Amino acid sequence: MTRSSLLALFLLCLIPSFATAQVQEEERPSDDPVIEARLAKLSKELRCLQCQNQTLADSPAGLAADLRREIRVQMKAGKSDQEIVAFLTQRYGDFILYKPRVTFTTYLLWFGPFVLLLGGLYVLFRYIRQRRDSIPEKPLSADERRRAEELLAASGKGAA
Amino acid sequence: MLKYLLPLGLFLVLVVFLAIGLSRDPHEVPSALINKPAPTFRLPQLKEPTRTFSAEDMKGKVWLLNVWASWCIACREEHEYLGGYAKSGVAPIIGLNYKDRPEDALAWLGELGDPYQLSAVDLDGRVAIDYGVYGAPETYVIDKSGTIRHKHVGPVMPDVWSQEILPLVQKLNREGTTR
Repeated sequence: MTRSSLLALFLLCLIPSFATAQVQEEERPSDDPVIEARLAKLSKELRCLQCQNQTLADSPAGLAADLRREIRVQMKAGKSDQEIVAFLTQRYGDFILYKPRVTFTTYLLWFGPFVLLLGGLYVLFRYIRQRRDSIPEKPLSADERRRAEELLAASGKGAA
Repeated sequence: MLKYLLPLGLFLVLVVFLAIGLSRDPHEVPSALINKPAPTFRLPQLKEPTRTFSAEDMKGKVWLLNVWASWCIACREEHEYLGGYAKSGVAPIIGLNYKDRPEDALAWLGELGDPYQLSAVDLDGRVAIDYGVYGAPETYVIDKSGTIRHKHVGPVMPDVWSQEILPLVQKLNREGTTR
C-alpha cells in the first residue's frame, strides 16, 4: 500500500457520513436472550473482513451488521455454532476465524513457539554443562590446605 | 567463525520473511470460492424491477459479476474503464448493485454510463454474503459451467484487466461447456 492510499484511507475514516448512503437496516437484537448471548460469544471469535482488526462483535461496519443479522437468522433456525462457522468459512475462508485452525499449513504457527522453547532449553543446558566441564577440578596441595585451615581458625576466633 | 555466522544467518532469514510479510496486502484475502460453483440467486433487475436475474441464466457463457454501489468510491474509479471492457465484447458484465438505493444507483448509471448487460439489486447484501463479498468493488470471473474461476477485490484497473482478467476470460472462452 502506498503512502498516498494510506492517507486517503485515513481521511475516509474521518468522514462519518461515508457509509450513510449505504442501505443499512437498523440492527434489531433478537428478543431471545439465549440467541443474543450465543451471538455475543460467537461474534468475538470472528473477524470483520471489512476492517480486519476488529471482531464481528465490535465492528460498526455494514458487513459486520449484515453478518450478525445472518447469524441471528441461522440461530433462530436452530443451527449450531459449528454449522454457522462452517457457513461463514465456506464463504469467507479461514481468515474469518480469529483462532486459526490446526491444519498442516498452520503447524508452524501453533507449534513453532514450543519448538523454539525446547531448542532454547537444549542450548542452555549444553552451555551450562560445557561451562561446568571446563572448570578443572584441582585438589589443594598439603601446604594450601594447612594455610586454609589456619585462616579459617583465625576468622572463627575473630567472629567469636 | 560459525558462532558469529549462524545468528547472522538466522537474522537474515527473519528479515526476508518479515520483508515478504510487510509487502503483502492484507486486504487481499484468498477467496474460498475459487473453483466452486457460483452461488445461485434470483434478484430483481435494477432497470426493470419486475424482471429477475439469476446466475443460472448465464449458463454456457463466460461472464463477469461486478459488485458495485453508488456509495462506493473505488467503484467510480473503476467505472470509467468498465465501458471499454464491455465494448471489447469478450464477456458480458453483470452488475450486482450492493446495498444501494435503487434511485441512487440509476442516477449513477445515468451520469457515468451503464457498462452492464444488466444489474441485479442486492438490497440487503444477502447474496453478497454468499459470494464472500467484503469490499466493493469486487469482480468474479465465472466460466461456462457456472464455476467461479477468479476473484479480484478492488477496482479492475487497465493493468489488472490486461494481465489478470482478459487472458483468463479468453482462455475460458476457448474451453467447452462441460468441464
